[in-house]
Amino acid sequence: MSGPALEVEGLDVMVGGTGMRVVKNLSFSIARGGALALVGESGSGKTMAARSILRLLPPGLRASSEAVRFEGRDIANAADAEMRRLRGAQIGMVFQEPMVSLNPSMSIGGQMGEGLRLHKSLSAGEIRDMSLAMLERVRIPDPGGCLAAYPHEFSGGMRQRIMLASVMLMRPALLIADEPTTALDTLVSREVLDLMMELTEENGTAVLLISHDLGMVARYMQDLLVMKDGEAVEKGSAAEVLRAPSHGYTQRLVDALPRRSHGGERGVPAKPIIEVEGLRVAYPGRRRLLRSLPAKEVLHGVDLRVGEGETLALVGGSGSGKTTLGRALVGLTRPLDGLMRFRGEPLDWRAPQPGMRKDIQFIFQDPYSSLDPRQNVGSIIAEPLKRDRASTRRGRRERTAEILELVGLPADFMPRLPHQLSGGQRQRVAIARALVREPKFLVADEPVSALDMTVQAQILKLIRELQARFGFACLFVSHDLGAVEQVADRVAVMKEGRIVEEGTRDDIFDRPQQEYTRALLDAAMLIDRRFGDRTAAQ
Amino acid sequence: MGRFLLSRLLSAIPTVVIVTLMVFVLMRAIPGDPAALMLGDLAEPEQVAAMRAKMGHDQPLPMQYLLWIGDVLRGDFGHSIVNQEPILPLILTRFSVSATIVFAAVILAALVAVPAGMIAAWRQNRASDVAIVTAATLSLSIPSFWLGLMLLLVFGLWLNWLPIVGFVPVTREFWAGTVYLIMPVATLVLVESGSIARMARASTIEVARLDYITHARAKGLSERQVMWRHAFRNAFAPTWTLIGLILGSLLANIAVIETVFTIPGLGRLLIDSIYARDYPVVQGCLLFIALIYVAVNLLVDCVYPLLDPRVTA
Repeated sequence: MSGPALEVEGLDVMVGGTGMRVVKNLSFSIARGGALALVGESGSGKTMAARSILRLLPPGLRASSEAVRFEGRDIANAADAEMRRLRGAQIGMVFQEPMVSLNPSMSIGGQMGEGLRLHKSLSAGEIRDMSLAMLERVRIPDPGGCLAAYPHEFSGGMRQRIMLASVMLMRPALLIADEPTTALDTLVSREVLDLMMELTEENGTAVLLISHDLGMVARYMQDLLVMKDGEAVEKGSAAEVLRAPSHGYTQRLVDALPRRSHGGERGVPAKPIIEVEGLRVAYPGRRRLLRSLPAKEVLHGVDLRVGEGETLALVGGSGSGKTTLGRALVGLTRPLDGLMRFRGEPLDWRAPQPGMRKDIQFIFQDPYSSLDPRQNVGSIIAEPLKRDRASTRRGRRERTAEILELVGLPADFMPRLPHQLSGGQRQRVAIARALVREPKFLVADEPVSALDMTVQAQILKLIRELQARFGFACLFVSHDLGAVEQVADRVAVMKEGRIVEEGTRDDIFDRPQQEYTRALLDAAMLIDRRFGDRTAAQ
Repeated sequence: MGRFLLSRLLSAIPTVVIVTLMVFVLMRAIPGDPAALMLGDLAEPEQVAAMRAKMGHDQPLPMQYLLWIGDVLRGDFGHSIVNQEPILPLILTRFSVSATIVFAAVILAALVAVPAGMIAAWRQNRASDVAIVTAATLSLSIPSFWLGLMLLLVFGLWLNWLPIVGFVPVTREFWAGTVYLIMPVATLVLVESGSIARMARASTIEVARLDYITHARAKGLSERQVMWRHAFRNAFAPTWTLIGLILGSLLANIAVIETVFTIPGLGRLLIDSIYARDYPVVQGCLLFIALIYVAVNLLVDCVYPLLDPRVTA
C-alpha cells in the first residue's frame, strides 16, 4: 500500500456547449494521509476541480481528464454505481455553507446514520453508538439530544462540526473540504479546522482543502497549489510558496495577507466626534399570541469614543454585538438606554437634528444585496444628493462622476446595473454612495469580508485614501483582524455585548491584555507569527 | 410542537369571529324583510311583526348577532323559509356530496401533479420537462366550466359513455354513484393539476440547487434516494400550502361545477337559496363554507411541521 491517495492528470472542466474552460489542464496528487490545498479567488475553478473528482459538477458543466486515480485505480471513467460506492465511503466531502449543507427536514441522527446504513451492514444500535461517539469527539454537548434534533437548532460552527462528524464517521481515505470555514468567524473556524486536522490525522485520511484564504492554508496544509482562471500558477510546499512566491499572482496574494506592519498610526485626536455612554440595546422577544418572549439584550452598557478623523475598529466574534452597536449609531436600531452624542450634541434618531443623516453614513457588508438591482450606478450614487433641494440635475451628475473617479471607477459606469459589476466594483459604488455628501462619520460594517483577498486589499487602501482626503471618522466593524490591522488607529474588542479591551492598534496587536483578545489574534493567523523573518526583511 | 398547534388553534378564533360578523352584516345589508317574505304577499302587518318578534328581528342588531351566534354554537342554524327544513342537516348532506368531489379531485390532482412537477424539475430543460410544463400551462389556462361542458359533450353526448344528468350518492350505491362523479372530478383534476405541478417543479428546482442535495449525493446515495429522501420533503412543503389553498377555494367555489354537472352539492344549495331568497339557508351556507375554509387551512398548518420542522421554532 504505497503511492498517492489521489492523482489527477490533465483535468479540464468545460461549460457545456460553449467550450469555455473553467479548469484548464490541471494536474496534482496527494499522498496517502497527506494534505493539499487548492488556493484561489472566486472564479478560479478550484471548487469545480474538486467536485469533478467525485463527479458532482453542477448541471451544464462537463469534466474530462487524462486520468483521475484514487488509490491507484482510474475512476475517471468508472460506472455511476461504482462512483456511488466510493462517495461517502472512500471519499468524503465537507461543504462551505453550514446553513444549507444539512437537510433542514431530517434529524441529525437520520443524516449521520445515512452513510453508514448505505455502505456498511450495521445494526441500528451500532450506528447510534458510533454517531454518539463521533459527536462527542467533535465536542457537541448532549450528543443524544443532538441526534434527535434538527439542523436549525444549531449555530453555524456546530453545524459544521456535525457535518465533519458525519463525514469522518465513514473513515474515508480522502476528505475533500470545500471552503469549510469561510462562513464562520475567526475563532470558530479555528476550532473546526483543528478538529478536522485531528480527525484526519487519526484516521490516516488524506485532505484536499479548497480555500481562498492563503493565511489559513499556510497554517494547516503541507502543500498548496495556487489557481487562477482555471490554471495552476504555482505549486509547492506551503512554507516555500509563502516565503518565496514565484508567480506574480501568488506574490499579490501573499502581499494581501494580514500581517503586522508598524507605522502609519495617527495620533489620537483630542476632540471626539462620537461619544457613547452606557448604551444598551435589546431585540424584542418573538411575539406569541398572548405574550411576548423576553427581550434579548445584546449590548450591556457600552462606552465608546471615536475622535475626529480617526478610525476605530470594533472587533469580536459573531454575536458579540459589534454590528448592533454600529447600527444603533446610524439609527437602524433603537437603543434601550444610554446616551449617544455626535459632536457634543445628543444623537437621537427619533428626532434627528437637521443634517445628521447627511453627516453619518453606513456601508453594508454584502455589496450583493445592499444595492438596488434595478437602479443604475449613477442614480444609486446621485440619490442622496436629491435631498438637497438646491441641487440641479447637472450638478448631481457632475458630482456623481467626480465621486466615481475618486473611488476608482470610470464615469461611464453610471448607466450600468449592479449585476454587471464585480463584488469589488459594487463595494466601490456603495462607498461612493456613502461618501457623496461628504459625511463626517462613517460606519463600515464588515465592508470587505464578502470580497476576495486581493480585492479586499484594494478596498481597504481606497478607504484609507478617501479618509485622508475627506477627513471623516470611521467605525470599522470587523471580525477580520487582518483588515483591522491595515486601517485602524485604535481598536476596541467586543465580547458578549461588552467592550473588553480598547487601545491603540499597536497596543492591541502587540501587547494584548485580555485572554479573549489574545485568542482572537492567535486565530487571525497573522502571517508574521509564523513567517516573521519575511516581514522583518521588508 | 404542542405549543405550535395550540397557538395555531387559538389564532383561528379571531378569524372565525370576523367571519361570522361579516356573514351577519352581509345578510342584514341585503334589502328585503325575511319575515315578510316568509309569510307571503297577503300577510297582515301584525302577522309580520309577530314573525319578526319570533325570529328575534325586533331586537337591536348586536343582540340579534349574539342570539344568532348562540344558536349556531348550539348547532342550530335555523329553518329554511321555503320548506321549513332544519338547515344544518341539510347543509351537512349537501356538503358530503361536495366534499366527496373536491377531496377526490384534490387528492388525485396532487398524486399526479406533485410527481410530475418533481420529475420535470429533475429533468430540467429536457423533453419530459418541456412536455410537463406545456401540459401544466394548458391546464392553468382552461376555465373549469368550459372543460366541464366539453367533457359532457364528448363523453356524454357523442360517445355516450357517461350519464349527462342525474346523481346517485356514493354512500347509497358505490359504483353507480362513482359513475356520476367521474366527469366533475376529472374536470377539477385537469384544471387544478397545472398550478400544483408548476409549484412542485419550481420548489424542487430551488431545493435541488442547495448544498445538502449535493451532500446527499456525496454520501453515495442514488438519484432516486436523493430525490425522495432529501428533495421531496423540502420541496413539497410550499406545494402542500398551495394544495390546502386549492382545497379551501374549491370547497367555496364548487357551485360552478355542480351547476354544470347538475350535482346536488353545497354550492347548488347556496345558489338555489339565493334565487329563492331563503335567507337563513344562505346565511348558514356562507357561514359553513367560511368555517370549512378556516378549518382546512388550520389542518394544513398543523401538518406543516412534519414537512418542515423549522416552523415550530
